[in-house]
Amino acid sequence: MVQYTTVRLNASFAALSDATRRGVLEQLGRADASITDLADKFNMTLTGMKKHVVVLEQAGLVITEKVGRVRTCKLGLRVLEDEAAWLERYRQLWEARFNELDKVIEELKRKEKVDERKKRR
Amino acid sequence: MNAKKEGESAPIKNHTTVERRSEREFVVTRTFNAPAGIVFEAWTKPELFKRWWAPKSFGLTIISCEMDVRTGGTYRFVFGHPVSEQPMAFFGRYIEVMPHSRLVWTNDEGGEGGAITTVTFEERGGETLVVMHDLYPSKEALDAAIASGSTCGTGEQFEQLDELLATLGARVRRS
Repeated sequence: MVQYTTVRLNASFAALSDATRRGVLEQLGRADASITDLADKFNMTLTGMKKHVVVLEQAGLVITEKVGRVRTCKLGLRVLEDEAAWLERYRQLWEARFNELDKVIEELKRKEKVDERKKRR
Repeated sequence: MNAKKEGESAPIKNHTTVERRSEREFVVTRTFNAPAGIVFEAWTKPELFKRWWAPKSFGLTIISCEMDVRTGGTYRFVFGHPVSEQPMAFFGRYIEVMPHSRLVWTNDEGGEGGAITTVTFEERGGETLVVMHDLYPSKEALDAAIASGSTCGTGEQFEQLDELLATLGARVRRS
């Protein structure tokens, strides 16, 4: 399981390491596009663009769908899922930290009050 | 001096929010029921800091915690986590330290893709709003942090990346 996750994560990492592929993701973030559209936009051959799309597809970042003779690319669900999941995990970590921090702070407040009382005497 | 008597009951837990604010930054906010001086103290004294930074409920244990909180000073924390055999090290440098109001540090464990963290402490009527802002060098760096599924970039992932790129490239060429 851990292995599988690592491979998957590395695949998306690899997919994101290329400037053209990042550009394609950005483009698809705005609107779905055919491979021909993408090839035109990035000044590339159809074959070259196909290769990039395959890498993105394998990483789960893009999904493609063939309608008639046109293959349309759209953003894979993983892009959104990963971000939401990551933010939620991150939020939970901070919440856990801050709940512990509350305890430290309460202790410091109590100590300060005791010190004040001592000073007044 | 306010003579209001404070209740001894457990404090109500305040809400923690996390928000991606732009392509390369996100923000964590939380309010604490104490003046800024106290909150700041808990963030900057190692013996206090290590009591909350690695919450047990998250399976984290702190192995070591060194912090020299002054502008230009460095920090290094090492955590243990049941999922990873290797302890995780986090380190960097304090770029700005303004007592009771502001802390800025670098996160150098991820190499050049590390974020700059700015924490501000804003006191309002005896409470303190803490805003923690992480700014990544690029959209790609933040995306990579998210894609790697971790809040800590490790060098290992970058090494594996080169290998995998080669394999993926070969596979694509064949098909």
